[in-house]
Amino acid sequence: MSELIAQLTEWRDSVLERLPPWWPRAFAGILIVVGILLPFLFAPTSGFVDATIKSLAFVVMALGLNIVVGFAGLLDLGYVAFYALGAYSMGWFASGFFYKANTHVLSSALSTTPGIHLNFLLVLLAAALICAVFGVIIGLPTLRLRGDYIAIVTLAFGEIIGTIAVNGTDIHLTGGNGTPSDPGMTLTAGNLGIPAVDLPYFPGIGKFQLLNLRAWYWLIFGILLLVLFVNIRLRDSRLGRAWVALREDEVAAVSMGIPAVRTKLLAYAIGATFGGMSGAFLGAYYTTVNAGQFAFSFSIFVLAMIIVGGLGSIWGAVLGALLLSYINFYLIPDVFNSLPGKVGLDFSLTDLSFGIFGFLLVLVMVLRPQGLFPERRRKLELTQEIDRDQAMLKEPT
Amino acid sequence: MSPAEAAPAAPTKAPAIMRTEHVTKEFGGLVAVSDVSIGIPKKSIVSIIGPNGAGKTTLFNMLTGLYRPSAGRIYLEDRDITAKRPDVITSLGVARTFQNIRLFRAMTALENVVVGRHARMRAGVWGSILRPPGVRREERAARERSQEILDYVGLEHSQFDQLAGNLSYGDQRRVEIARALASDPTLLLLDEPTAGMNPQESDRLTDFMRKLRDDLGLTILLIEHDMRVVMGISERITVLDLGEQIAEGPPAEIRDNARVIEAYLGKQDEN
Repeated sequence: MSELIAQLTEWRDSVLERLPPWWPRAFAGILIVVGILLPFLFAPTSGFVDATIKSLAFVVMALGLNIVVGFAGLLDLGYVAFYALGAYSMGWFASGFFYKANTHVLSSALSTTPGIHLNFLLVLLAAALICAVFGVIIGLPTLRLRGDYIAIVTLAFGEIIGTIAVNGTDIHLTGGNGTPSDPGMTLTAGNLGIPAVDLPYFPGIGKFQLLNLRAWYWLIFGILLLVLFVNIRLRDSRLGRAWVALREDEVAAVSMGIPAVRTKLLAYAIGATFGGMSGAFLGAYYTTVNAGQFAFSFSIFVLAMIIVGGLGSIWGAVLGALLLSYINFYLIPDVFNSLPGKVGLDFSLTDLSFGIFGFLLVLVMVLRPQGLFPERRRKLELTQEIDRDQAMLKEPT
Repeated sequence: MSPAEAAPAAPTKAPAIMRTEHVTKEFGGLVAVSDVSIGIPKKSIVSIIGPNGAGKTTLFNMLTGLYRPSAGRIYLEDRDITAKRPDVITSLGVARTFQNIRLFRAMTALENVVVGRHARMRAGVWGSILRPPGVRREERAARERSQEILDYVGLEHSQFDQLAGNLSYGDQRRVEIARALASDPTLLLLDEPTAGMNPQESDRLTDFMRKLRDDLGLTILLIEHDMRVVMGISERITVLDLGEQIAEGPPAEIRDNARVIEAYLGKQDEN
């Protein structure tokens, strides 16, 4: 088995060496063209396109979390908070939820409908800004902590946001007269959900339709390309190097002139921004923002994606997110769901989805602990088991 | 010891690039460094020696901002840097190496040195994402400068793109010095740079330190155990024992100082 892998690796390296220097650009170009043309292969309402849209949204999430956990090495278990904040941005600023306001900016909603109705791109920007601010807020208390303790604080933050989302029905922003038509505005709609979020609208292109998924696909594909671009640029930059240096050895990094606080907060803020953008998109795509979506398991789901893909690796995050999302949104519910029934068992496969994910995660950790598409640096850390005293400089004795 | 004995740094002709005044560090009840006042003349090589646990590295960590002194003040060119962050102190021109080499082992030798250049680069978030010409230039210049420095410290070109963790011990020491030099320091702090080296390697490093001082005009503060190196290279020596400064002066004086001999060899009447 290992000989076979060695043989394959050798074969791959020899192929890569012979490729001309421009091949990465050409390859990326081909992928983008294929990506753009993909929805034409399927019906406009195809379940596969639907699954792909959700999967791409999760790729954006995974890329955001990868900056925090993969690049900067700050284990964040509360990433769901940014999904929630992004989705609520869409719910607040592009629906009739705040019915006492009447603000319209390039929106698909009729100008007579009450509520705040901003253009999709404006809300996307707002979600990004709100999440960046909250990214810094969650980052601040973790700065004095290391490793597992960061995980606990971020976990709590995710739970706090989730709980506020559920109980937001009791947070009154304005009073009402108690009638069904004027109940008073609250922060969230809790588990009932904010209904009828506006469909995206672009002047010159028109309004998105729920029965034609292609436009949605291209929208999230565009967001993904943007986020990918930013990720790659950041990885190969002064900031990207600083993140990895802090992850590798914080004491050495600060002694080389890297401001730890600023650099870490930037990781939190940028990671949160991508989560918020994806959350805002999903809020519009589901046309509802429901507190029940923002469970702890979501954070773990995204974390599992980047671990399966290979922590710190951009293409690993993409691959891991696509793999787990397709399994979650397509293979389990659409393709194999009836399987247990066919062999005479009385349950559907969706009931088992977390079991399936757990099994896959264990499988990857046993067979390929560095992930499917490991980052060069991480690979080394794992294979050589670098033993460093991360905690503090010690006076020699 | 009465404070009067140790307090003032011995007057030297050259003005001090860095000096400490009554610096003390306590960990809980343990006093690691007690009332140390030293002055490091510009373009000199100064050593700190002392038995294990004397507080040498703790003093280093205070000078570079990793520890905040419990009492006393630290000045860099008359600027108070006592409570400054380590990255700020680095940007002010102080660079260091570590006793137990702390390279970013999973980065290449060259990447390590480029990280050392961080304080001299400007690119922020937007610059990193949009990469305007200025940022590209800066990035290219940083790489070229880092290559020059690696060349200067004597690393083979074939090793530039090796992962730091895979380099030989001697090369790791070289890269660590290169990384420190990359921040364009005026004061270089070396924590036991010859540890684990054979006499020939130590000699080469000693020559190299002189070269650094003469070529680049650096001031070097050294923690060193190898007395041959210390006596050969230092213009002044500070001796710490159990956190206290027990002697300060040129090598010849230190060699014959009764308290120093006592600290290293123990009291005569005890034997």
